Amino acid sequence: MNESLGEPDVEINKDLMAASSTPIVLSILAEGDSYGYAILKRVKELSGGQIEWTDGMLYPVLHRLERLGHVEARWEVPEGGRRRKYYQVTTRGRAQLAEEHRQWRAVDATLRGIWQSVVTAGSSVPVANGPLPQGAW
Amino acid sequence: MSVPTSHSSLDEQVALWRQFLSRRQAIHAVDVAELEDHLREQVAGLVEAGLAQDEAFLIAVKRMGDLDSLSREFAREHSERLWKQLVASPEGVTTVTRQESVVAWALAFGAALALKLPALFGITMEEHEHFYLRNAPFFSLPMLTGYFAWKRRLAPATVRWLALAFVCAAVFANVYPVRETGSTAILAFVHLPVALWLVVGIAYAGGRWSQVAGRMDFIRFSGELFIYFALIAMGGGVLAAFLAMIFESIGIKVEAFLGTWLIPCGAAGAVVIASWLVEAKQSVIENMAPVLTRLFTPLFAAVLVTFLGALLWTGNGVNIERDMLIAFDALLVVVLALVLYSISARDSTAPAGGFDVLQVVLLVCALLADAVALWAIAGRISEWGLTPNRVAVLGINLILLVNLAWSTVLYFRFLRHRGSFTALERWQTGYLPVYAAWAALVVIVFPPLFGFA
Repeated sequence: MNESLGEPDVEINKDLMAASSTPIVLSILAEGDSYGYAILKRVKELSGGQIEWTDGMLYPVLHRLERLGHVEARWEVPEGGRRRKYYQVTTRGRAQLAEEHRQWRAVDATLRGIWQSVVTAGSSVPVANGPLPQGAW
Repeated sequence: MSVPTSHSSLDEQVALWRQFLSRRQAIHAVDVAELEDHLREQVAGLVEAGLAQDEAFLIAVKRMGDLDSLSREFAREHSERLWKQLVASPEGVTTVTRQESVVAWALAFGAALALKLPALFGITMEEHEHFYLRNAPFFSLPMLTGYFAWKRRLAPATVRWLALAFVCAAVFANVYPVRETGSTAILAFVHLPVALWLVVGIAYAGGRWSQVAGRMDFIRFSGELFIYFALIAMGGGVLAAFLAMIFESIGIKVEAFLGTWLIPCGAAGAVVIASWLVEAKQSVIENMAPVLTRLFTPLFAAVLVTFLGALLWTGNGVNIERDMLIAFDALLVVVLALVLYSISARDSTAPAGGFDVLQVVLLVCALLADAVALWAIAGRISEWGLTPNRVAVLGINLILLVNLAWSTVLYFRFLRHRGSFTALERWQTGYLPVYAAWAALVVIVFPPLFGFA
C-alpha cells in the first residue's frame, strides 16, 4: 500500500507508540466527540496509513485518559442502532493537549535541527557509516 | 447464501468471541460491549469494501489484537479488577444474590433479636449468665439452619426433623437439675455446639449428606466459616474498643452496652453473616483453610519431630499433670484439622507427592506423642479417680486417636500404591457423625451418670 506512495513502510516502536498515543487521541477528540472505531480510522487517515494500532489497544488508552479526567465518556444509542461509547475531551484534556503540543514541538525542533546537519540531502537514511574513516572495519 | 443466514452466523461468531472475551477477568461487560461495537463496525466496513462476511470477521478479530495482550493492557489500566471484589461488585448483582443477602441479614438480625428475647421475660444477661451460656447455640444455629433450609429448598419433612433435633437438644440442655457451675454443666455447654453442628451440616448438605462429596463440602464450609468468623470477630473487637474509648472521653460508660448488646448480638449475627459470605464467595475466591494448612503442616511436623527427639535425647518422662491431657487433645485436634483441610483441597486423583509424605510424618509423630502421653496417664487415672472431666478428655482423645491411626494406615496404603486417596476421604467424612454422637453423649448421658455433679 505504502510502496505505491513511494514511501517505505515505517514500523513505529512500542515506546514511541505509547508516548504518542495520548496527544494523537486527544487531538482527534479535540476536533469533535468520537468513538473508538472512528478514532482509529482517523489515525490511519492522518498518518497516511503509516500508523496502525492494534485495534483493541486503543481502549485501555481511552480508559486511562478517562480516569485521568482528560476525556469524558457517555453511552449513546442511535435510532435503531447499537449502543456506542462516545468520548469527549474535557477542559483538563485540552490543557494536557496544549502541554503535550509544547513538548512534542520541542522534541521535533531538536530532531529537525540535528538531522539537518547529519542527513545527506535527498536521502531519508541518516549517513551513519559515511563519516567513518576507511579501514575501521 | 441468503442475507438473514449470514447475519445470524455473524451473530453467532460474535457471540462466541464475546464469550471468550468475557472470561477475561480484567475485561468487564461494558468493555466487551464497547469492543463488540468496534468489531461489528469493522466487519461492516470490510464487507462494504468487498470482503465476504466471514473473511471480514476473521480480519476484524485479528486487528483487535490477541486476547492475552489485550487482557494484559486492560489489566494494566484497571489493576483493581484483578482483586476480586465480592460484596460491592457492581456487576453480577442479580435478583437472586440480592434476595439472598436480604434473607441472610434478616436471619442475622433475627439471631440478635432472639438473644435479647429472654430479657423481656426477666431473664437478663447480667443475672442469668448460665442460662445464656447453656443456650448459646440456640440463638444462632437455628437461624443458620433456616438459612440453608431456605437456600437448599429442603423438603418440609427434613426441616421438621432438623427442628425436632433442636427442640430435643434444648430440652436436654435445660431440664437436668445440674449445678450451674458444676463440671457436667460446663461439659454440656462445650459439647452442645459440636453436636448441633451436625444438624447444621445436614441442612448445609441439603440432601447430599449421605454422599462423601456433600460432607466434604460441609468440612470445607466449616473451615472457611471459622476463618471468616475470626476476621469478623477481630473487626468487632476493634469497633468495641473504639466505642469504649471515645465514649469514655465524654464521660459515658458503655461497658454494659458492649457486654450485653454489641458483643453477644454481634457474635450471634456474625455466625449467619459469615456463613453467607462463605457461600457467596466459595467459587470466587480461593479457600483460605487449605492455604493455612499448607503453611502450618511443615511447621507442626517440625515441632513434633523435635519434641519426640528431645523426649528420646533427654529421657525425660512426660510429666502428666491432671489437666495435661487436654493439651494433647488440642494437639490431635490441630493435626486432624491440618490433615482434613489438606484432604479437602487435594485432587483425589493426583499421584502421591512430597506433601503427602509430610502429612504422614505429621500423623505418625502426633500418634507417637499422644501414645507417650496416654501411657503416662494410664497408670495414674485410677489413682485420680474418674471425674466427668477426665472421662470426657479421655473419650475425645480415644476418638481422635482412632481417627488418626486409621488415617495413617490409609495414607500409608495410598503412598505405597495399595489404596486410593478416596478411601481416606471416605474415612474422614464417614467419621463426622462420631464426633457429634460423642458430644451428644456428653450432653445427654454424663449429667445423670455422674449424679449431676
